[in-house]
Amino acid sequence: MSEPALAAGCFLYLSELALEFDWSVIGDAIPNLLDGTKMTVMITFWGLVGGFALGALTGVVRAYGPKWLSFIAQIYVAVIRGTPIVVQVMFLYFAVPLILEGVRIDALWAAIITLIVNSGAYIAEIVRGSLLSVHKGLREAGQAMGLPFHKILIHIIGPVAFRRMIPPLGNQCIISLKDSSLFIVIGVAELTRQGQEIMASNFRAVEIWSAVAIIYLLLTGALALGLRLIEKRMRML
Amino acid sequence: MSMVEFKHVTKKFGDATVLNDISLTIEAGEVVVVVGPSGSGKSTFLRCINVLETIQDGDLLVNGISVHGSDEQIREIRREAGMVFQQFNLFPQMTALENVMFGPVHTRGNSRAEARTLAESLLDKVGLAERMNHYPSELSGGQQQRVAIARALAIKPKLMLFDEPTSALDPELRHEVLQVMRTLAQEGMTMVVVTHEMEFAKGVGSRLIFIDGGKIAHDGPPAALLSDPPSQRLKDFLQHVG
Repeated sequence: MSEPALAAGCFLYLSELALEFDWSVIGDAIPNLLDGTKMTVMITFWGLVGGFALGALTGVVRAYGPKWLSFIAQIYVAVIRGTPIVVQVMFLYFAVPLILEGVRIDALWAAIITLIVNSGAYIAEIVRGSLLSVHKGLREAGQAMGLPFHKILIHIIGPVAFRRMIPPLGNQCIISLKDSSLFIVIGVAELTRQGQEIMASNFRAVEIWSAVAIIYLLLTGALALGLRLIEKRMRML
Repeated sequence: MSMVEFKHVTKKFGDATVLNDISLTIEAGEVVVVVGPSGSGKSTFLRCINVLETIQDGDLLVNGISVHGSDEQIREIRREAGMVFQQFNLFPQMTALENVMFGPVHTRGNSRAEARTLAESLLDKVGLAERMNHYPSELSGGQQQRVAIARALAIKPKLMLFDEPTSALDPELRHEVLQVMRTLAQEGMTMVVVTHEMEFAKGVGSRLIFIDGGKIAHDGPPAALLSDPPSQRLKDFLQHVG
């Protein structure tokens, strides 16, 4: 086949696909998908805010805390890293109410708490690693000035370590955002769940899952861009 | 009251005895140069003074305060003893000026304006007035070490500890650091200097201590010890450091 003929063939095939691809399906689905997007963003946002706090605390304990406390933190990290997030959220949502009678956890709360606890464990390791990577001479320089340890941590080690945390923290943000799609298993109306429900009513898998994928891509792309900007603005040390 | 008083100090790392029953006193205004083969315990000797290392036996008083005291007393010792490290250890996220201002603001509770005035005058004194707003990574080793000296002086210590301050520097950068130290000595600062710079020991030191195997082997005026070493050990050592 000659080249122009091949090109023409490809064009025909693509335009046929484009014809089959029904844009109106996406148009109709957009309000629901946007609701799902809002939910996904909210779960991820609060999950990561809590995860940063929990992870920072746990990481500091792991790096400098007393042995017994560090040991507890280590167990927490091991349990969370060693189990799938789907199991974690199902445990919290379905099993905990049976164990602790009378405790009923709303699905949205279960999702946010799971994400906090899950990302917190990974962030703890990021924080610990970054803190320990800071040259011990800086700590000694602070000690030699007569500073108490918490001031050394806040003013000297912390800022240096924080810059080193940015790339892996960014990675964790993206992972957590995508992991929130797994909360479909407890019926939280996040983006993936919305996609699933629309799909179940109109069976337009190509259109719906394309749209869902693109929305995730936009969200993670925005995160990656934001991180790139932060990294650029900070001097890496 | 002596500035520093070692009373039968013993320091161990695990089973290894690094300092073995050391006793000596350092008076205000002395410039004590500490030399010795590597692994002899000279850096440890220095680091025990500001409690970066803890001693296992005996007592050590700095400006009358024991290193066995409370955390607050240990911080008090450290505020009286400025330290300069071999690897400079400047805070990399801060400019030269911010490095020098840091101590006054955070340990002496000075206002930022006071700290800035003090830091500017100290950086001027070490010859870095032009480089105040540079980050450590933008400075040469000699410049970084001079910032580190200014940073240590900024907390107004009564005593300065130098841990091989020129060992990480190229030969041509050493003199600028040694010059600053010489000026300090001339101003009457009490100094304890661990170094291999024998010229400095001879020219600036008021007292030379030779540590060998965790003991003080010799302690006396530098000129006499260096021109006529009383032991073969010191003679050998001096030949090696040239």
